[in-house]
Amino acid sequence: MRDLFCNAMIALFARQPFVFLTGDLGFKALEPLKSAIGDHFINAGVAEQNMVSVAAGIAKTGLPAWVYSIAPFAYARPFEQIRNDVCLHNLPVTIVGNGGGYGYGVMGGTHHAIEDYGSMLCLQNMHVFAPSFGPDVAASIDRITALKRPSYLRLGYAEKIEGLDIAPYAPWRKILNGTKGMVITTGAIAGSLVKSLKDEPEDSRPSLWVVSELPLDDLPKEVIHEIVTVPVVCVVEEHVAQGGLGQMLATTMLEHRIVPRKFNHLHAEGYVSGFYGSQTFHRNESGLNKENIIRLLHE
Amino acid sequence: MTFNELQKKSRMRLLKMHFESGVGHIGGNLSALDAMLYIHHYILKENDRFILSKGHSAGALYIALWSIGKIPESDLATFHKDHTKLSGHPAPNWIDEIPFATGSLGHGLGLATGMALGKRLQKQSGRIYCLMSDGEWQEGSNWESLVFLNHHQLSNLIVLVDCNGLQGFGSTEEVASMNSQRLYDVCSAFDSDVKIIDGHSEEALKTALSSPQKKPLIILMNTHKGQGVSFMENKMEWHYLPLSEELYHKAIQEIEAL
Repeated sequence: MRDLFCNAMIALFARQPFVFLTGDLGFKALEPLKSAIGDHFINAGVAEQNMVSVAAGIAKTGLPAWVYSIAPFAYARPFEQIRNDVCLHNLPVTIVGNGGGYGYGVMGGTHHAIEDYGSMLCLQNMHVFAPSFGPDVAASIDRITALKRPSYLRLGYAEKIEGLDIAPYAPWRKILNGTKGMVITTGAIAGSLVKSLKDEPEDSRPSLWVVSELPLDDLPKEVIHEIVTVPVVCVVEEHVAQGGLGQMLATTMLEHRIVPRKFNHLHAEGYVSGFYGSQTFHRNESGLNKENIIRLLHE
Repeated sequence: MTFNELQKKSRMRLLKMHFESGVGHIGGNLSALDAMLYIHHYILKENDRFILSKGHSAGALYIALWSIGKIPESDLATFHKDHTKLSGHPAPNWIDEIPFATGSLGHGLGLATGMALGKRLQKQSGRIYCLMSDGEWQEGSNWESLVFLNHHQLSNLIVLVDCNGLQGFGSTEEVASMNSQRLYDVCSAFDSDVKIIDGHSEEALKTALSSPQKKPLIILMNTHKGQGVSFMENKMEWHYLPLSEELYHKAIQEIEAL
């Protein structure tokens, strides 16, 4: 999604100036943005705490600020700066985390972001955007710009989906029909789920819903109807259980007395075997794949 | 009103506020109060902003703002009580003169740096002033900010450091082998103007703050924790201790006699 992000930011700057700060990352990806916005592109160096405080200070003077790094360096290292400097003051600063979930694969656990949106959503005024497909990136940026509040944007790898029209961006979208249950997911893992499920017959696959913004507002009526009528609801997310979409959805359902017949939650399990590998390797170790979903639906 | 009269009046009001609320942190408030008074009375212009990075000196900031009429007398009575805006460390989003909530050390310098850069990018007038503590320089984030503000040569940024030499559980020498001269040496290695002054001297503050500025300016102020109250001066315990009634009256008598 980095190239899409770069292009969308260039387009945004023409409409709405901002300051873009990177923590010394973006090689072979953000050069066009740097050229396009000149002195509003700032390499803040390997210093994420200062980068976020500076972003808050800039935003206080009237310019929205975007802060970019590998996801854990963007949200975990400067957590207190995001909490105090950005969120307490409700400033238009967007934390852009590249490589959400296990996106950095075999680079190792220090580079993974499997607790990013849960930890961000603990903070006052924070909104999370987790695009799933290529066109979602520009749509997310537009939503963030209109929101003018603290935001976290989780970027990942956008799968190319062929032979299927993906519904346009919305906080909730149905991507696939299916009768065996209902899968609800968020972020880039949606692309790999779509690819693996789309060619299965509708009567042997679940429906697939994608959530792109957190925290959850009221659930759409169509979502509620499906939750209470399908044999099983399964949340699949590349994030730990704590603070994740599954827990948020479960709480929302309980508060609104929406009761599914059966509820499953597949989530990032961390480092199950102690070995490291690609994003797909780690997703598989946590059971975040078609085979495990189908197995659960048939239990 | 002379600066001496302003100092006297403000110290007494600060002590009254802390005594009535039973709140400590008096020593570091008194070491920073003179600079805050001078800046708010004689330096700050409409488009300037002041960030108190050492948020535990909130009392001195409230008194400085009270002394220029930005905080009413009635608000001072609410200090540290329920339903107050005057919390122990500055709260966010209620008065332009306090642009950021602070209290966790190591934030103010980055915030001030960002405001200075934001102003420069938008060609806005005004300077950003940031007052820090000396112990605060043990926070690593400040060193990130120091590199950044020097690299970007933010000539609309003025950093003041309250070098009272005492922190929460020891002196800055005991805890971290730090003093104003050491800070001077380190900061001078970058590309800022760095000065060491007497942080209680009107003349020294005037000279340091009114000279032409082409680079970031870092003013290391040698100060006394508990300035103006003999039994508090340079005593570490007055970082935290509240005043008893007896000591409060003793302190007021001392200040009145000056």
